[in-house]
Amino acid sequence: MGRFILRRLLVAIPTLIAISFVMYAILALAPIDPLAQFALDPRVPPEVRENVRRSLGLDQPWPIRYAKWLTSLAQGNFGISFMTRSSVSDLIWQRLPNTLAVVGVAYLVGVLIGLPAGILSAIRRNTVVDRVISLSAYAGFSVPTFFTGILLIIIFSIKLRWFTFIYDSRLEVTDLQTLWLQIRQSIMPITVLALFDAAVLTRYVRASMLENLPLDYVRTAHAKGLRERFVVLRHVLRNSLIPVVTLIALGVPAVFGGAIVTEQIFRVPGIGELLVTSIGTGDTPVVAAVVIIFAVLVVGFNLIADVLYAVLDPRIKYT
Amino acid sequence: MAAAEQELPKIAASVAARPARSLWRDAWFTFTRDRLAVTGLVVLTIMVLGALVGPYLWTQPATAIDFTIALKGPSLEHPFGTDDLGRDMLARVLFGGRISIAVGITAVVLAVTLGTAIGAFAGYFGRLDNPLMRLTDLFLSLPVLPVLLVLIYLFRESLQRSLGSEIGTFVMIVGVIGVLNWMAVARLVRAEFLSLKRRDFVEAARCTGARDGRIISRHILPNSLSPVLVAATIGVGGAVITESTLSFLGLGFPPDVPSLGRLLFDATNYLDFAPHFAIFPGLAIFLIVLAINFIGDGLRDALDPRRKI
Amino acid sequence: MDQAVSHYRRALAIMGAALLLVAACGQQAGTTPTATASVAATATASVAPTAARGTGGNLTILYWQAPTILNPHQAGGTKDNDASRLIIEPLASWGPDGKPLANGLAAEIPTTQNGGVSSDLKTVTWKLRPNLKWSDGSAFSADDVVFSWQYRCDKGTAATTAIYCEDIASVTAKDPNTVVVTFKAPTANYWGEFGVGPSEGVLQKAQFANCVGAAAKDCPANQKPIGTGPYKLASFKAGDVVTYDVNPNYRDPNKPFFKTVTIKGGGDAEGAARAACQTGEADYSWNLQVPLAVLQPMISAADSKCQFAATYNALERITVNFANPDPALGDKRSEPDQKHPFLGDINVRRALAMSANRAAVAEQLYGKPGGEPYCNVIVFPRSKSTDSLDVCKYDPAAAEKVLQDNGWVKGSDGIRAKGGVKLVINYQTSTNAVRQKTQEILKADWEKIGFKVNITNSSATTFFTNTAPDGYAKFYADLEEFASSQDPDPTGFLQQYICDERNAKANNWNKNNVGRFCDPAYDTLVNQLKSETDPAKRDALAIQANDYLVKNVVVISLVNRTAPTPNGYSKALKGVQGSPFESSLYDIANWTK
Repeated sequence: MGRFILRRLLVAIPTLIAISFVMYAILALAPIDPLAQFALDPRVPPEVRENVRRSLGLDQPWPIRYAKWLTSLAQGNFGISFMTRSSVSDLIWQRLPNTLAVVGVAYLVGVLIGLPAGILSAIRRNTVVDRVISLSAYAGFSVPTFFTGILLIIIFSIKLRWFTFIYDSRLEVTDLQTLWLQIRQSIMPITVLALFDAAVLTRYVRASMLENLPLDYVRTAHAKGLRERFVVLRHVLRNSLIPVVTLIALGVPAVFGGAIVTEQIFRVPGIGELLVTSIGTGDTPVVAAVVIIFAVLVVGFNLIADVLYAVLDPRIKYT
Repeated sequence: MAAAEQELPKIAASVAARPARSLWRDAWFTFTRDRLAVTGLVVLTIMVLGALVGPYLWTQPATAIDFTIALKGPSLEHPFGTDDLGRDMLARVLFGGRISIAVGITAVVLAVTLGTAIGAFAGYFGRLDNPLMRLTDLFLSLPVLPVLLVLIYLFRESLQRSLGSEIGTFVMIVGVIGVLNWMAVARLVRAEFLSLKRRDFVEAARCTGARDGRIISRHILPNSLSPVLVAATIGVGGAVITESTLSFLGLGFPPDVPSLGRLLFDATNYLDFAPHFAIFPGLAIFLIVLAINFIGDGLRDALDPRRKI
Repeated sequence: MDQAVSHYRRALAIMGAALLLVAACGQQAGTTPTATASVAATATASVAPTAARGTGGNLTILYWQAPTILNPHQAGGTKDNDASRLIIEPLASWGPDGKPLANGLAAEIPTTQNGGVSSDLKTVTWKLRPNLKWSDGSAFSADDVVFSWQYRCDKGTAATTAIYCEDIASVTAKDPNTVVVTFKAPTANYWGEFGVGPSEGVLQKAQFANCVGAAAKDCPANQKPIGTGPYKLASFKAGDVVTYDVNPNYRDPNKPFFKTVTIKGGGDAEGAARAACQTGEADYSWNLQVPLAVLQPMISAADSKCQFAATYNALERITVNFANPDPALGDKRSEPDQKHPFLGDINVRRALAMSANRAAVAEQLYGKPGGEPYCNVIVFPRSKSTDSLDVCKYDPAAAEKVLQDNGWVKGSDGIRAKGGVKLVINYQTSTNAVRQKTQEILKADWEKIGFKVNITNSSATTFFTNTAPDGYAKFYADLEEFASSQDPDPTGFLQQYICDERNAKANNWNKNNVGRFCDPAYDTLVNQLKSETDPAKRDALAIQANDYLVKNVVVISLVNRTAPTPNGYSKALKGVQGSPFESSLYDIANWTK
């Protein structure tokens, strides 16, 4: 296993370089322009726009820009954002806490709901409990987050006046009162995202559990007279976890990537919002930084998942 | 084991009534015994028929603009009410259903097929694992939005020119959704394969001289269908919504062509004073997702080799 | 699957609206001294009652595009200009009537009457207010004004405000309170070319002295400028939120009224409208460009908390392609020398204009907060003679007759054709809820009289680039819709339809005549306008050019939209007086509650 991990870590470096190259090529090919906001503005004539592009280094061919970017990245420097004219890493650090406080918490809540709901749904298969859980799950992933978000705003912000829907990133949680304020401003986006995540996870856990419930060893365990819960947890759950591990390994990097729609609706200044705004304004240094961090997380968590497979199922061997 | 026990009499009964054995016949037999699955199939069939034939039966045009009746609730004349330009919502939902069902199912079939193939190869053949999974990492890491913009830039016009505007757009949408969404399926299938390929029944098959192709398709794949089907059934709802996303990029159907996802998106801002606008397309999407999930569950049971005696 | 992509959808729609509006505002160039005598060198409008400085608590402003930089010369869009306007001021602002307003650093507006402008229109002398201080307490002087001009006109600085730099011979500080501007040639637009408007912000020399040229790019001062405006910066999270405190050294001891101001960025226009009208979480919401059917119930509800100011100056219009966009032409596609198969026919263009229901678009989609139906091309001065033109009236029957009488007859497919050329139109625009509805309304109008219309759209991100094949500049379609606002002086706007401005591959589609229209008779009119200095004659020539464009249907105007942007603000807020040529926040010092 140690050699496997070491080898994978070594492969990760060329993988990431390849990803960054493809990403940079795509960004260079995509018709996006940091000066597009001024396209029809007579106060900013074409020569002025051209001059600004030049000052941003955009007149150079993209392979040269890529080489420069990669060199400075190797020294740990993400560069300067075109839009803020300040350090990209500062921007990401500024956004990360908001994303973690909303998207991260939502994912955690989603897993904490989805796992038990899926298990319950499977062991109480075809009962009322299963039907209710399954129907809620169907509703959960057939209703898009842009819809649930606005529904919640209309009910809880406009009609009931319970929560605000403008997220204040300056709030620091220091005592119970600020904690309450934080809950008030983040409960709606967290609900929207957690419901979606939970709905998806529930279905996978249920299906995976059902795969293993009718197997011989479960029957054997039963025959031996062990308590049902013990059987389920000890044997079935462990063997059903492989797809769940896969999903969570895909989901955790996605947390970093943020939730663009939900962040927009509730004005949470998170990474997702940063990414989509930066793409829209052609702010390549920011996009490139977010993508490369995201890629590191994807590669890393997929490696962790592979290691976990072998732990969960000792028959899995990597060659 | 409440579930297993409940199934036993059913299976016993099915054994007694079973006609000649074949994989598909068996599957169909089990499937038709599953009440929910059959309900799902009936509902989906009705919706598909409604989408196909509906516009001929309900002859109100989906595009006639009349501001005097904008955002009116359901009435005899307009059973689903009207939208913000006074167009008949029933006609629009029927028309939108056609696109959404076609796009949703086709795109998911593509994504799942691609994902299953890549996952199966990566999981089964150790030497393919690394390259295929690093490719998966690449696709997982790329930012979707710029990729879409580049795809439009490079392919939209040539596709539309060679296949015609409508089919070209359809191929583009389905292709884009498929190509950008296979990665999760691939990871899931690969994990199942890694776990299953060392099991006794696979070893046994190998000892009897079965070739790799047969082991993959006959022995391992049927046992790893469960996450694939879940991914597929969840994916349909997602693809219906995604389709409407693409038209905002200029990648999808023109803005005057209604699809369920688009109708729902347009309606969202009218939720507090014209809820009917959102409810009907939303309900249609929910029913499609529901029916497909029931069918998926039924299929899973029907195709699961372990469920047979 | 799915979520990742579906998430982008809303975001893109939002960006679409963003770009469309940005393209439509923040353009405040020069003016001609059309009514020099009437220019009042008044101080700020006396709307605010006697309120003591800083007694008003916090003012919450919502911008769904978040400010990213606070130096107006490095702005990435209107949001940055507006957010910096609380701190950084120009010499003077454009008032609601298109005339300069001395609410800035200048003590009065220079005119030929008061001797500020030389009779040859080459030298302008700006008198500054005496004893001005920066918010850090240091003294303000004419040197700062000269420095700011040098800063933005240095090529290396790459300022987005580096316009008219070539026209000016020198800017000098005659004494600490006097700035003298010398133009190379007689200049009718002397206010617009120096001193007035949002791109003329004055920076503190002491703070920015080391930020000229290449050093401007990542200068820390861009994020925390010191200014003379009513507020000073308290904190700034780029792309998220800006907070301001009262500037203790502001020149008017009674202003501003609010102790602190918060500009929260991000989100979407619909949500911003809800925050202003329904929950009241925001005192002021910028740019609520949402369909009227969404906005109206919020405004007319009994407990509605918002109001709108309506000043119009952003022409939403359809540009006609005079070149042939046929993809079969390959590289020659939409090149100016390729004649369009049927849009060159004045009768086809007239039919399009006569059957476009402007009133429906304006009343159903925009309403009073959004705009008014409009048929002229220029906004100032406004031509009256076009009111009676047939191309300005909605009359589908007459339009049909024009086509029928000129040989465009319906085929078996219901599409009119002549000599094998079918009237099939591709009509493109940028993604935006209101624009898509406009497309649907006009498509229905035109198909009724025998056109076949295909509508397409692309995200504003790509639509407003000169490289995208589905962008406005390459114009690979027959008709396209977008908007932009105008200066008080119409010359620049009219200039975009001359032959030399035609977009082509040769100029990398970097010109302004996207319709590739060309008529020497029109060019003559514009050249006359450019050389004319008499205000009355200039107005007459501008109207003549406007009427030419309307009669010949070079462009189909639809709606004169709210400018700078449709901003919704609390009914409790007083003293808000928008100007269609200015930043939305240019008069924030006068706002009270």
